Parts: sequence; C-alpha cells; structure tokens
Amino acid sequence: MDLSIFGYQFMQNAILSAFLGGIACATIGVFVVLMHMPFIGVCMSHAAFAGALLGLWLGFNPLVGAFGVSLLSAAIIGPLADRGDLSPETSIGVIFSLMLGLAFLFMGLMPGTKSGALELLWGSILTNTRSDIILLGIVAVVVVALVFFFFKEIQATVFNRDTALAVGIPAAIFLYGILFLTGATITASLRSIGGLLIFSLILNPAAAAYQLTYNMKKMFLLAAAFGVLSGWVGLLFSYFFNLPSGATIVVTSSVIFMIAAIFSPKRKVKGWRNQPVTEKEA
Amino acid sequence: MDNPLIVIDKAVVSYREDIALRGVSLKVSRGEFVGIVGPNGAGKTTLLTVVNGMGKLLDGNVRVLGQYLAKGNGHSLRKRVGYVPQVQNIDPRMPICVREVVMIGRYGILGLFKRPHKSDYEIVDEAIELVGMTHLAERPIGHLSGGEMQRVSIARALAQQPELFLLDEPTASLDWKAQSDILELVKMVHDNRSLTTLFVTHDLSCLPVTCDRVVLMKDGYIWAEGPPVELLTDENLGELYDMPVAVVQSRRKKTVAVG
Repeated sequence: MDLSIFGYQFMQNAILSAFLGGIACATIGVFVVLMHMPFIGVCMSHAAFAGALLGLWLGFNPLVGAFGVSLLSAAIIGPLADRGDLSPETSIGVIFSLMLGLAFLFMGLMPGTKSGALELLWGSILTNTRSDIILLGIVAVVVVALVFFFFKEIQATVFNRDTALAVGIPAAIFLYGILFLTGATITASLRSIGGLLIFSLILNPAAAAYQLTYNMKKMFLLAAAFGVLSGWVGLLFSYFFNLPSGATIVVTSSVIFMIAAIFSPKRKVKGWRNQPVTEKEA
Repeated sequence: MDNPLIVIDKAVVSYREDIALRGVSLKVSRGEFVGIVGPNGAGKTTLLTVVNGMGKLLDGNVRVLGQYLAKGNGHSLRKRVGYVPQVQNIDPRMPICVREVVMIGRYGILGLFKRPHKSDYEIVDEAIELVGMTHLAERPIGHLSGGEMQRVSIARALAQQPELFLLDEPTASLDWKAQSDILELVKMVHDNRSLTTLFVTHDLSCLPVTCDRVVLMKDGYIWAEGPPVELLTDENLGELYDMPVAVVQSRRKKTVAVG
C-alpha cells in the first residue's frame, strides 16, 4: 500500500477534520440518543442545509446561513420538546419537510452551476481548507469543554429533565444549550460530511456506544472514539476506492453501530438478570 | 401555627390553559405530615408545583421556607425541597446507576463547577441505606422495579437534605405490597429526618393513616381540611368523589388501612 498520500497537505487536513468532526458530532450524538430526540437532530441538520443554500443563493457566507437557520429551527422545536406533555413528532415532521422543501427551492432559484450546493449536500472532506479546520477545532473544543465543566448538570438533564428541575438545576437552559451546540456542530461539519449525511455521524457513534456501557462518562468517550474511527476509516475507503467521502464515513459509522449492537451486553439482559445478585453486595 | 413553613394565600394558579387553583389558602407548620386528597383534576399536583416554585401564580401570595415565590427564584427554593414524583418510565438501557441518580439530589445544592466531595458521597450512601437499596447501588437505574425506583426517588430527595418533602402520588402504578412498603418508608423517613411532608394521593388506601392533617381538594378549591378521623367519613368522601355513600362504604370495607 502506498502511504505517501499521508504526506500531502489535503490528506492531513482531511485526517484532522475527521478527528475534530468525529469528536464533536459523536458528543452531540450522546445528547441526542439519551434525550430520545433523534428527529430534532435530523430536522436541525436539514435546516442547516437549507440555510447554507440560502446563503449561496443570496451571496452571503453559507455557514452563517446554516447556523442561523438551524438555530431558528431549534427555537421552534425546543419549546415543543421542553413542554414534553404532548408528542412533538408531528410538528417536527412538518418543520423537517419544510426545511427540505426550502433547501430545494433555494437550489432551484440559484442561478448558474449547482456544484457548490451539491457539495454541501454530500460533503467533501478532502477539499477542506485551513479555515474549515479552525472552525471545526473551535466547535470541538467548545463542545468537549462544556461537557467536561457541566458534566453533572448535563447528566441530570439528559437523565430526566423534570428530576433535574426538581433538584434546582435550570434544566431548560441546559436543553437550549444542547440545541445550540447541535446547531454549531452541524454547521461546522456541513462542508466535510454534507447536510444529508451529517446526522448519521451524530447518531451512529453515540448509538453504538449506547449499546456497550451503563456508564455515561464511558459512553461519551466511546462515542468520540467511534466518531473518529468512522471518519478515518471512511476517509481511507474514500481515497483508495475513489468514493464520495461523506458516504463512506456514514457507512462506516453504520457498520460500527451494527457490530456494537450484535455484541451488546444490553441485548442479553435476561442472562444478566438470572445471575445471582451477589455482585458488589456489602 | 406559629411561623408556618408554607403560607399560601388566595393563590390562583394556571396549569396549561386552565385555571387549576381558584384562590386556595393553606398554612403548613414545621414537622407536619399533611395528606392532600381528592379526585383527578382537583388541583392537588398544582398545589405541589406552587410549593416548589414551578407553578404559574396568577394571583395571591405564596411563601415557602421564608421565601416569597416570584418569577426566577424557583431554582434556589427547589434545592431545599425534596420532590418525589409518580413512577417514571426510565429507559432500561440508560447509562446511569442507582448511586449516580441519588447523587443528582446533591447537584443542585453543589452548584455549577463543583464536583461532589467525600461528604456528598457519604450523604448519598446514607440515603441509599435508609431506603434499603445499598445492595443495588451499582445497578443501572433502568433495571429496577417500580417500587425500587420509588425508593431511589425518595433517596434522591433525601440526598438534598431537604426541609420540605413533597410526594406526588408516589405509590401510583405500584403493586399492593410495594405500595404499603413505600408508605411505611415515607412515614419512617418523615420521622427519622424530622421533615415537613406533603403527600398527594387520589387513593385513600394509599394515604398513611398517621398523617396529622388531611386537605380535601375538589375543582381547584380546598373543600375541607382537618384531622383525618374527623374528615375521612363516608359522607364526606361520597360528596368529594361524587359517589353514593353506600358505594363509598362498601369500597372502604375492602381497602385495608396502612401505616
């Protein structure tokens, strides 16, 4: 195998992008999985895509559009999820389809070549520039730092928002903080992974980690490791078989999830239950 | 009634789009065990949300633990109030164990950027022991039965070292044995920690008979309050629940008092 490829600047950029994006997306994914809100993540990533296309059409920075519109969708969805007393799925479905519709509307309105738009749809990590990496780096550091410093509040909020509220934690602030970080992470990863595919890199590593541990700290670490692994393995396949990188990254993350699900001790709960409960007994 | 811990004065409170409390006044003294009884939709839960600073007060005054309820000061109040809800649906694969769930009770008091200390772990372990869950402390929370989960909820509330203990239908959806165990535990905890306790239930068989006072609620009003033996008559309950007295009598014969 010819390894000289790793000497090239574009490949180094891609490896670094996969590392940073994998960590940021997987960490956000832990929130999405534990709070049972995958549809919110899907909706926000399509909102980011629509916002980016709006930027391309009207001639401002697509990432500003992506961030703005995904936060706008979070502002609409957040209160629905926060109230929690009725299923928000229908409203989220409406907003999700609206975002997809707007995205293709903006694409249709765009004059000239659509290659920039398609790149945002599929993503292309191999063309990432230094500024893309800086943005990903900032987001990854902020996400990880916030999880580190607010771990106990986050643990309480994702466990149960009512419980968190009842012990005096401002759970709503943490919920909106998490939605805000989701928007920022999706925006920063949009050019690397693409608007249609980004959500798999958020959901799959965290869902895989969820299969394997009963410890929330370990779940964050495992998810981040799976996220980075998905990015790197996907990148290799993309390069050596000349395939779209976003797609290979997403397929890799799905394979990791399937392997985790097959080997999950949580799917063998019955056997676990039948064991004598003498473990750790005082 | 000197220096009551809870003073609710003509509170009008909304719940979603409806008015749930229509000018309710109530005083509770330190150390009292008050049962709040009434049919579904009477405003019992809303009364608790007012006490722990989550209710939307439209009119009237509420003072709890010396603090007047106002917008935005609920979080500091809730750190001093232990709250036990109904049995909650918890994802069986949720990656959090019993000890960590009880530790959540310390998180509000600890405040931002502070990690639990040895003393916090001691408080948590003591609470777990009091509710008899030490042997399951390392179990994932989702693997417990409903009764065990309620013990954990009670331990979490105790880990707050609360001055006020609120329970909202803590025995709903539990089997008969678990119900009576939880009722005994609540009474024991109340005495052991010298708490002031408000206990909400729609089911009279789930009311500790040793409570000092009962408050009967209906349609957003306090319908009557007083010592349980005087108030919990077949006639009163028939009127409270809109049932003929004979039906109440036959039903009450079937239920066994607990406590």
